[in-house]
Amino acid sequence: MSFLRLHAPFRTINLTKRIGTRSLATATGTSHSFNSKKNAKGNYTVTIIPGDGIGPEISESVKRIYSAANVPIEWEEVNVVPYLKDGKTVIPDEASKSVKRNTVALKGPLATPIGKGHVSLNLTLRRTFNLFANVRPCKSIVGYKTVYDDVDTVLIRENTEGEYSGIEHLVVDGVVQSIKLITKVASERCARYAFQHARDIGRNHVTAVHKANIMRMSDGLFLDACSEVAKDFPDVKFDDVLLDRACLHIVQDPSLYSNVVMVMPNLYGDILSDMCAGLIGGLGLTPSGNIGRDASIFEAVHGTAPDIAGKDLANPTALLLSSIMMLRHMRLNNYADVIESAVLKTIADGKKLTRDLGGTASNTDFTNQIISNLESV
Amino acid sequence: MLRTLFRKHALATAVRKEGSSQTEIHHFIKLARNYSTPVLNSSMIPHVQTSDFTKYGGKYTVTLIPGDGIGQETTSAVKTVFKAANVPIEWEQFDVTGTSNEEDALFKKSVESLKRNNVALKGILFTPITKLAHSSFNVSIRKNLDIYASLVLIKNVRGCPSRHKDVDFALIRENTEGEYSGLEHQSYPGVVESLKIVTRAKTERIARFAFDYALKNGRKKITCVHKANIMKLGDGLFLNTCREVAKEYELTGIKFEDMIVDNCSMQLVSKPQQFDVMVMPNLYGNIVSNVGAALVGGAGIIPGCNIGKDLALFEPGCRHVGKDIQGHNKANPTAMILSGVMMLRHLGLDDHAVKISNALYKTIEMGSARTLDMGGTATTTDFTLAVVSNL
Repeated sequence: MSFLRLHAPFRTINLTKRIGTRSLATATGTSHSFNSKKNAKGNYTVTIIPGDGIGPEISESVKRIYSAANVPIEWEEVNVVPYLKDGKTVIPDEASKSVKRNTVALKGPLATPIGKGHVSLNLTLRRTFNLFANVRPCKSIVGYKTVYDDVDTVLIRENTEGEYSGIEHLVVDGVVQSIKLITKVASERCARYAFQHARDIGRNHVTAVHKANIMRMSDGLFLDACSEVAKDFPDVKFDDVLLDRACLHIVQDPSLYSNVVMVMPNLYGDILSDMCAGLIGGLGLTPSGNIGRDASIFEAVHGTAPDIAGKDLANPTALLLSSIMMLRHMRLNNYADVIESAVLKTIADGKKLTRDLGGTASNTDFTNQIISNLESV
Repeated sequence: MLRTLFRKHALATAVRKEGSSQTEIHHFIKLARNYSTPVLNSSMIPHVQTSDFTKYGGKYTVTLIPGDGIGQETTSAVKTVFKAANVPIEWEQFDVTGTSNEEDALFKKSVESLKRNNVALKGILFTPITKLAHSSFNVSIRKNLDIYASLVLIKNVRGCPSRHKDVDFALIRENTEGEYSGLEHQSYPGVVESLKIVTRAKTERIARFAFDYALKNGRKKITCVHKANIMKLGDGLFLNTCREVAKEYELTGIKFEDMIVDNCSMQLVSKPQQFDVMVMPNLYGNIVSNVGAALVGGAGIIPGCNIGKDLALFEPGCRHVGKDIQGHNKANPTAMILSGVMMLRHLGLDDHAVKISNALYKTIEMGSARTLDMGGTATTTDFTLAVVSNL
């Protein structure tokens, strides 16, 4: 199963002048922002943000499975409860230092505090660590039946601008302008990562999804940036498709996109990535990785499920699959393969499934089953 | 005053069509016009005041714009079927294309005809991807004539292969603002801003349209689709305005709920049966109509219409040009025929509408002349002739 594979062995291509000499690690082909070194005991340190609601339980499952699989990782747990500093939402210094030092983090679901002036915490993290691309693979999981059984999509979403620029204003009462911001720099950075990623996972085809027939300048710029970057990747095929057509085709026959890496602006990526997740059974089964300049954060994108928090009923699969993406990002591919097989085997066997997967097992049972499957694979 | 009166009337007559059968391509009603002239009669779907339309010698004049791509093929299917069914319609056809100049005389004529007849059947005009000042004709027609509401019906058609069953929802989309404002500029080389405009007035109008539509067609629930958690002002205004309108309709018993667009797209592909009527800004409508089409078998079977204050423009709901299969005689004309059927109901030609939709559904169900997209091998011509023979 190569769909979660983030990075093949280290590769270098030239930094482009356009982007300059900033350490846009992932985008420019120093492969990614992972540059952590092993500590004295031969382990990597990874920041873990357990999150809210069911977050602590599923993080605990991941930790247990990792220690059973002898993964050379030491976890550094931090708390990211945000506070307002000079009117801006920030996360505690300790947390941001830890993530920057380790350059890799695993994150459970977070609840944004309700109240005035708080920017969504996910948005804050994106800004703090310059997480410019969101990678969302979706693959049908044997053992969890949906009407689609041939899904294998990989989608890369520009993460920093577009419709989510947050620039809005009231012109007069009853008239609002929201600005969709598209820049060449951000589009190129995202496109470059998409091409790099396509190469790494062995899909030699990138498709840009856009609506440039209507939003000629903004989506036009995104599309132009993608075509320009494509020139640097002569071995990767590049084409583009209109957003509406992409939606139609994916939902009708997802296999059409099983050999492609899709790349798109923020909003389209948001909608399409969740749609693809819907095809395979929801956010509880899909991993996500945020690739950044200063660090990369792998996360479960589902909610905090406060209704079942603390009851040992949660399903840790999404966080586990995200952590497997993380292992491949760190080039710990062997560990990734072993854990992934154990997780998929557990779901395919169907003996110990959590409630959301149609079973009756607790999170602990499910986790124990994965651990016992570790030995058999 | 009149509006309240009208709503009360509609409430009194709203009955859920139990077990609505496949043969109904129902639900289309004239709403915009009725605000000023409520039609008080006892039938469930108010009859149209025929005086609004150009009718000479017992025939209605309808503007026909076949459009690009498969438009010629599918509209000629409509013409064939309508002729065979003796529909009293005179077409005023304009073969404009999306690539012609905006100053094009033919294009101007077609718009004039549209304004005169107030009703049109239209294929999709191709919009080239170019940064020149060439705007989309589809968008500019809707904007200039203020054709503000788009209605798309997503429903399984018996005999048409699909992954999901029992899907039946109506999608209502704001057609004139939002992301399609066309206001874009480059503030600095490599930095582009595109404005999304949301106004209370237009949102209120579309929200009322959705509620009135639900009321008249016995629909039970309206879902407002938005992204107000991120676009707090823009989509926030859309959502709050819908909520305010919903309060006015509280006593009708129509449920109102809202859903964030990313969650909505996920729900659509996993549990599409939960939706009844959906109302949303422009771009999300584009996405949801295509996702919806894919659920029930593709763009070839989805009818739609666009409604303004005075005029109604009927066109396939998914708005695909179909350049790839243009001229191959492979296109499925169902979407265009069903859009035509909606138009017949709009004109008050219900008998013809029933006759044609029955023949169409029978043809698809029998399966002897399915087009490529429905898993068959029949050509557009074969399919059209089969419909005609089933009349």
